[in-house]
Amino acid sequence: MVLGFDMTVRKGYIRPVDFRHGRVDMTHGSGGRAMAQLIEELFLAAFDNDWLRAANDNACFAVQSGRMVMATDSHVVSPLFFPGGDIGCLSVHGTINDVAMSGAKPLYLSASFILEEGFPLADLKRIVESMAHAAREAGVAIITGDTKVVEQGKGDGVFITTTGVGVVPEGVHISGDRARPGDAILVSGTLGDHGVAIMAQRESLGFETTIQSDTAALHELVACMVAAVPDIHALRDPTRGGLATTLNEIARQSGVGMMLREEAIPVRQEVEAACEFLGLDPLYVANEGKLICICAPEHADELLAVMHAHPLGAEAAIIGAVHADPHHFVQMETGFGGKRIVDWLTGEQLPRIC
Amino acid sequence: MKYIDEFRDGRTARVIAAVIAAETRADRRYHIMEFCGGHTHAISRYGLSDLLPDNIRLIHGPGCPVCVLPIGRIDNAIDLALNHKVILATYGDCLRVPASGGLSLLKAKARGADVRMVYSSADALKLAQDNPEREVVFFAIGFETTTPPTAVAIVQSSILGLKNFTVFCNHVLTPSAIANILESPEVRLHGTVPLDAFIGPAHVSTVIGSQPYEHFAEEYEKPVVIAGFEPLDVMQAILMLVRQLNEGRAEVENEFSRAVTREGNVKAQNLVAEVFELRKSFEWRGLNEVPYSALRIKAKYATWDAERRFGIEYKSVADNKACECGAILRGLKRPQDCKLFGTVCTPENPMGSCMVSSEGACAAHYTYGRYKDAVV
Repeated sequence: MVLGFDMTVRKGYIRPVDFRHGRVDMTHGSGGRAMAQLIEELFLAAFDNDWLRAANDNACFAVQSGRMVMATDSHVVSPLFFPGGDIGCLSVHGTINDVAMSGAKPLYLSASFILEEGFPLADLKRIVESMAHAAREAGVAIITGDTKVVEQGKGDGVFITTTGVGVVPEGVHISGDRARPGDAILVSGTLGDHGVAIMAQRESLGFETTIQSDTAALHELVACMVAAVPDIHALRDPTRGGLATTLNEIARQSGVGMMLREEAIPVRQEVEAACEFLGLDPLYVANEGKLICICAPEHADELLAVMHAHPLGAEAAIIGAVHADPHHFVQMETGFGGKRIVDWLTGEQLPRIC
Repeated sequence: MKYIDEFRDGRTARVIAAVIAAETRADRRYHIMEFCGGHTHAISRYGLSDLLPDNIRLIHGPGCPVCVLPIGRIDNAIDLALNHKVILATYGDCLRVPASGGLSLLKAKARGADVRMVYSSADALKLAQDNPEREVVFFAIGFETTTPPTAVAIVQSSILGLKNFTVFCNHVLTPSAIANILESPEVRLHGTVPLDAFIGPAHVSTVIGSQPYEHFAEEYEKPVVIAGFEPLDVMQAILMLVRQLNEGRAEVENEFSRAVTREGNVKAQNLVAEVFELRKSFEWRGLNEVPYSALRIKAKYATWDAERRFGIEYKSVADNKACECGAILRGLKRPQDCKLFGTVCTPENPMGSCMVSSEGACAAHYTYGRYKDAVV
């Protein structure tokens, strides 16, 4: 079934959904009236737009000529609410960013919810409203969706999958396989904020910090960058696995090596400190509002200036360069004066014990 | 970062590097073993070897708690979680260590075992309090650094009268391992493994003090410098060892004086002595059976001893034949000398334990240093 609701539900007085004390139950996913009511009072009310109001199982929209881009992302973050955001805005930002990393202007989103029986409706409302706010702020409408409910114990509160489509401007060909020897590597700001904000909230750790998730939609920053330099070679948001893993992906795709300068990589002092005592490396910690840009060396300064002029790129920096390397190693000159590999993330980042 | 950046300063590093380069004698080599995985990790992560002259060779020692844990002990832990249905609480490093039958604690978890990662023994104790209907076993590993917290957990559960909490004790002792390496025929008799000096452990020494190493300096005439885990600590310790070797001295010196005293943490030592006693022998991965090298829980605290409660029987399991972890842990071989290194054995699919923890010699070299082996 869909976000679109069943118009045959009889109007008259229906007791409204109890968003204060109510909980998700199996009827909310059954396709019946309870589901229609939840959709109407929650999803439609929050996301409100013409496509949803049309109440179809799909959303019809006109397409422009040119190349379109589509991306999908599932969100299973725990805890659902964290400093600086929640799973709702994260699910909007995440997919907008995946679309934007092609240089595209994101147009529409779909949203699919898997709810766990027993999940408080108050929390669901908070999440949906946060999604609606994020989508509106980004100027990207959520135009179709789906809701399912699973039995208690078979989900983790709520999982959200969003899919986005966008249009790539003429003459823009951004791809992870276009990094070339000599290219500059830029990052749009401080690394590791999201991952550390999440970890600080996990029950077993219980340390207090002021670190906020950096979750943000990057498409406007990307639009400024693409307008200044249409021939950006590669863009990617370093989410899971962090900067290290993302650069290794690009190095492999492009068949090149990279050399980073540790001293140039921006990391917040609090993040560095938290990573220090958790035994983590900020280069491997997730970000949700940062991008990596690879461009020809002659474009680096101009792009850096454009990034600095945008609030989401204020702390941007040139952190290294691409070179030829048949082994596709990402290496780093350490602040200490030596060299080392910055390898793929192995498994999950596990804390060291002593 | 305040209080840490000072110990990672590149400019100071270059100054010390220049002094080391000036003081090393061209006519000799310096074989220095850093015992601890913490040092191995720092050396690799900061690319410290690049700052040293060619005639200083750093040998990675066996001081990585995960690396020396024998397969049979992990098998025991997996058996507790899978077959006795306990909640097995353990440090993150242990989860990926390869055990028998292609299992690890992480893989056992995927098969339904209830394995929880904890940051401290106190977290494990809390798990037991929060789950009174379940048996909770703390899979305790590590050298002297992690032993006192385990002792605290046992004493606390005795005070609380906690009936569903036990400890599977695998704590091992640093001095016994160093003695074992120094007594090995390759070092003592044949001299096939040149070993000139030791960088002594940082955190372990905060507990046991610098005094236990005096024996090695005297009996084996090997200089020891206890060093912190920051890269400048290691650089400074190397310089101090170079000076001792040049001057023909063999003393225990303390670079980590901001945390280590000669006596160590007496309160922690007393607590450990209250709860634990020496095992006659314990198997170490790579070193085989080492006499008096590990601890077990005293009869007085038998109620909280998982080995007694679950009748755990230890069966020794041989490593993969081609795996060189044993030789690497003893300094006989380097990670890149192993046929499995980087091919069959990688951090994603470790065959031997040295490839598991980031403190293991193989994982550290694979993750941070293998570009040096690349043939271009």
